[in-house]
Amino acid sequence: MSGGTFVGMPAFPKAAQEALGNAQLRHNLAHATGTIRAKRLRLIDEVNANSDWEALRLAGAGVKESALVDLATHLERLEETLTANGATVHWARDAAEANAIVASIAKGHGVDEVVKVKSMVTQEIGLNEALEAEGIAAWETDLAELIVQLGHDLPSHILVPAIHRNRSEIREIFLREMAAVGRPAPDDLTDEPAVLAAAARAHLREKFLRAKVGVSGANFAVAETGTLVVVESEGNGRMCLTLPEVLVSVVGIEKVVPTWEGLDPLLRLLPRSSTGERMNPYTSTWSGISPGDGPQEVHVVLLDNGRTNALADEVGRQALRCIRCSACLNVCPVYERTGGHAYGSVYPGPIGAILNPLLKGPGHDEQVDSLPYASSLCGACFEACPVRIDIPSVLVDLRAQVVDAHRGGVPKVEAVAFKGAAVALSDSRKLGLGERFTRVGLRVARRVGASKWTSARDLPPAPRESFRQWWKRTDGGRP
Amino acid sequence: MMSSMRVALMVTCINDALYPDTGKAVVTLLRRLGVEVDFPARQTCCAQPMVNTGYLDEAVPVVRNFVDAFAGYDAVVTPSGSCAGCARHQHSIVARRSGDAALESAVAETSPKVYELSEFLVDVLGVTDVGAYYPHTVTYHPTCHSLRMLGVGDRPRQLLEAVRGLTLLELPAADQCCGFGGTFAVKNADTSVAMGTDKVRHVQDTGAEVLVAGDNSCLTHIGGLMTRERAGVRTVHLAEILAATE
Repeated sequence: MSGGTFVGMPAFPKAAQEALGNAQLRHNLAHATGTIRAKRLRLIDEVNANSDWEALRLAGAGVKESALVDLATHLERLEETLTANGATVHWARDAAEANAIVASIAKGHGVDEVVKVKSMVTQEIGLNEALEAEGIAAWETDLAELIVQLGHDLPSHILVPAIHRNRSEIREIFLREMAAVGRPAPDDLTDEPAVLAAAARAHLREKFLRAKVGVSGANFAVAETGTLVVVESEGNGRMCLTLPEVLVSVVGIEKVVPTWEGLDPLLRLLPRSSTGERMNPYTSTWSGISPGDGPQEVHVVLLDNGRTNALADEVGRQALRCIRCSACLNVCPVYERTGGHAYGSVYPGPIGAILNPLLKGPGHDEQVDSLPYASSLCGACFEACPVRIDIPSVLVDLRAQVVDAHRGGVPKVEAVAFKGAAVALSDSRKLGLGERFTRVGLRVARRVGASKWTSARDLPPAPRESFRQWWKRTDGGRP
Repeated sequence: MMSSMRVALMVTCINDALYPDTGKAVVTLLRRLGVEVDFPARQTCCAQPMVNTGYLDEAVPVVRNFVDAFAGYDAVVTPSGSCAGCARHQHSIVARRSGDAALESAVAETSPKVYELSEFLVDVLGVTDVGAYYPHTVTYHPTCHSLRMLGVGDRPRQLLEAVRGLTLLELPAADQCCGFGGTFAVKNADTSVAMGTDKVRHVQDTGAEVLVAGDNSCLTHIGGLMTRERAGVRTVHLAEILAATE
């Protein structure tokens, strides 16, 4: 069964406008993000009572940075250790290569279904749709991903992809959709969270027990030991990682962590920043094959898909430190109001606003180019980021890349306005003094869209004289 | 202190054109505290509108003019967290882009001397009680760039708490962005207005007569929403409250 797809989404301002009109969505988001924000802050206070959250952030950023500065070496080491542990390592340049590898493994085992651990990277590459095209059903087993998949919907948050749905909507989706793809929801299903979870559990249990192939991503890949790590809350991941005979893990190349010790700060930062918990309920680690225990055929697909482009970006490469905690989404005042769909990607929010252009490259696609502008640059994301990604600085740099990509062509009115302003503002003596600034400002405002300002906001009245006129007339107000 | 200090006022383009009273208030306030400021007439703009919209080439001549205008001063004081943030954190990016080593070193010279007003008062002059009198109920919105780019912390609050006659009311969700964001306010007008509307609701919940902040750009946005909605709350720049006396 297919979910939705983000292809062809409108640019952010238009998508946001539609989302802002949905009062239920705004209510759901404000409640959910507000709750997670408060939990996270309590835990940071707790860390600071005994040690130092800032030191932990620096340690986490340091681990990821140490991997990225010498990525090729750590990846080759990872390949060696994984192979020595009995895993088969595949390299994929892009989504098509990765999807073909996973499909060929599944087909090699003659299966028509796989069970999936929640994974951002497989959504990024559209694995479910690619498998479906090959006649293979990919069952999402994370509760929220199940809700999204059954609802033919799109994820709107990295950690809680069904954050835009409330429980009565979820009940309707379960009643309407479960029967077509497996065990139906019970007729007396209520919208009590425990009842909904029990229905999902019963529905998924059949699939866990039946599936021969499991598919996962990984939160971390330890080069030193050849170990993959999945962090989760529900135990569905543990099922997918241990029950099937064959396990295929798709791992972005930026997930490598040089040493086992390097996991220490990251595993402390991640749950506190994502769910607002000291520790997540399930942390699964596996190092290749353990004879007689768990999957006896283990594949790891190491995926680029634009990551080396991001790595080559001097300012933007820090985005590859991201551990997908989604703290930046939860604190973002833009995300809180528009939700995730407006970003047109599986990576929404502030991190999506930089990651998508970095992976895809600016200047090719209007929707992607709109993302670096989907921010008021308030800086709440940088403050919250557990690995200290300076998202506002990357946003500003990407805006410059978007503008630069369009230099040389037919200039937009905005570009003409800013060029004019640059001349006017480069020297106050050049064009005569005084109210010129008001004129320049208003000219820019008109070009960029004064009506977009005045549709909901008044403009302040113009003063009788500018500050510089006053200064000149009164000699700085000296008596 | 520093009677020997050469201090320049960077009034900012928006204050020059639309809020001259804020500039005058800075002059009055600093004069009362014994600091005579210069107003270098060739100053124009900090270049933030260009930088934050992605027009870095266009920002180069504006930054060059900025460092020319303020060269040789010991301190540059500005009634804007956002413009101070641009000068301190973004001018170096523009200078690097220009490939002009002389501009880079001029920026490195000037940038660290730029102070937002509350920083200058508390850190350089070492004063929190500036002798102001303002008999009104006030709530304070910490603007994002002053809060997160500059880290002004509670300096504005310390200054406000020392103002005689002033009652400071706590603003709920104070650290949430008002939604101005420069060209964000027009490029993403709907989202900007949604953020601002929530800010206005929080301001009204305080029951304050006056909303104070250290950036007139944010106050233009919030105030524009409030007058449209007849919210009954005035917006006043921090400098004007600190300059007010009995």
